[in-house]
Amino acid sequence: MADAHAHAAAHAAPPELRHHFVDLPAQREASSLGMWLFLVTEVLFFGGMFTAYVVYRSTYRRAFEGASNLLDIKLGAINTGVLIMSSLTMAMAVWAASVGKKKLIILFLLATIGLGSVFLGIKYVEYKQKFDHHEVPGPHFVVPHDENTHEPLPRQAEMFFSLYFCMTGLHALHMIIGVGLLTWLIVKARADAFSPRYYTPVDNVGLYWHFVDIVWIFLFPLLYLLGRHTL
Amino acid sequence: MSQNGSHSRAPKAYFLVFAALMFFTALTVWAAFQHLGVWNTPVALAIAVTKALLVALIFMHLKSSPRLTILVVAASVLWLAFLIVITVSDYVTRAWLPIYPR
Repeated sequence: MADAHAHAAAHAAPPELRHHFVDLPAQREASSLGMWLFLVTEVLFFGGMFTAYVVYRSTYRRAFEGASNLLDIKLGAINTGVLIMSSLTMAMAVWAASVGKKKLIILFLLATIGLGSVFLGIKYVEYKQKFDHHEVPGPHFVVPHDENTHEPLPRQAEMFFSLYFCMTGLHALHMIIGVGLLTWLIVKARADAFSPRYYTPVDNVGLYWHFVDIVWIFLFPLLYLLGRHTL
Repeated sequence: MSQNGSHSRAPKAYFLVFAALMFFTALTVWAAFQHLGVWNTPVALAIAVTKALLVALIFMHLKSSPRLTILVVAASVLWLAFLIVITVSDYVTRAWLPIYPR
């Protein structure tokens, strides 16, 4: 019986099908579910930081609103647009893979890397400003002044910046890893590793990239926008 | 195969979602400067959830994914809600007791 199965599989199985899957759709569904399971752990990984943010923001409301107003809303908004655009090019890369257009896959992956790098570059400019203004938590932190009243903010403003750097830093680390994965995909695509029958790596890196985009979709209003109505 | 069926019309849907995401980004920036009282944060979060749903359903193909995948994703949201709601219910109610003076 096992022989018969093995024989039938050897007869019909395409090379990209692992022997423990019935067929390619089953294999694709399993790999996709596995990637989603990983993303579930990521939801709770980031979720811990979001929880810390919610607790301290509700406790030190004024410090958080005042400190948030010191972030550069223009750069934050531009970065949101850049990241959304990179999600579009990533989705297009997955689509190109599903219809087997190799040149388009590479083109859209390159565009995604480019936009991801622009995001990281703008993030660098923002971090640099924070270092220059002594708004980085630690021994050189100077309690900033409120944009409205020009009085010093409550000292818990430092906590806002701690959370800001942890959350955006962890997000940026995910972006850097994502750029690495995209580079790997381009190498594989150039080597003709993908076809409309098999493009699981493109699909799964796409899921990862979109997830990182979703994290930023929540980070942007929570970090950059929370105190603007007080201005 | 669930993915292949939806991919033929995919690019058009992707551009529509992209336009919607850009619109909602502009909307959330505009709304942040309005004086909505206690509603500033709920409005910002509602817009963020809408954007996240668009990305998940269309860009991540959740709409055309097997039910098991959708269940797994829904479970992650549920556990995240447990994490936040239970933690916050602790911190918010501490001030009600005399043993934690603020």
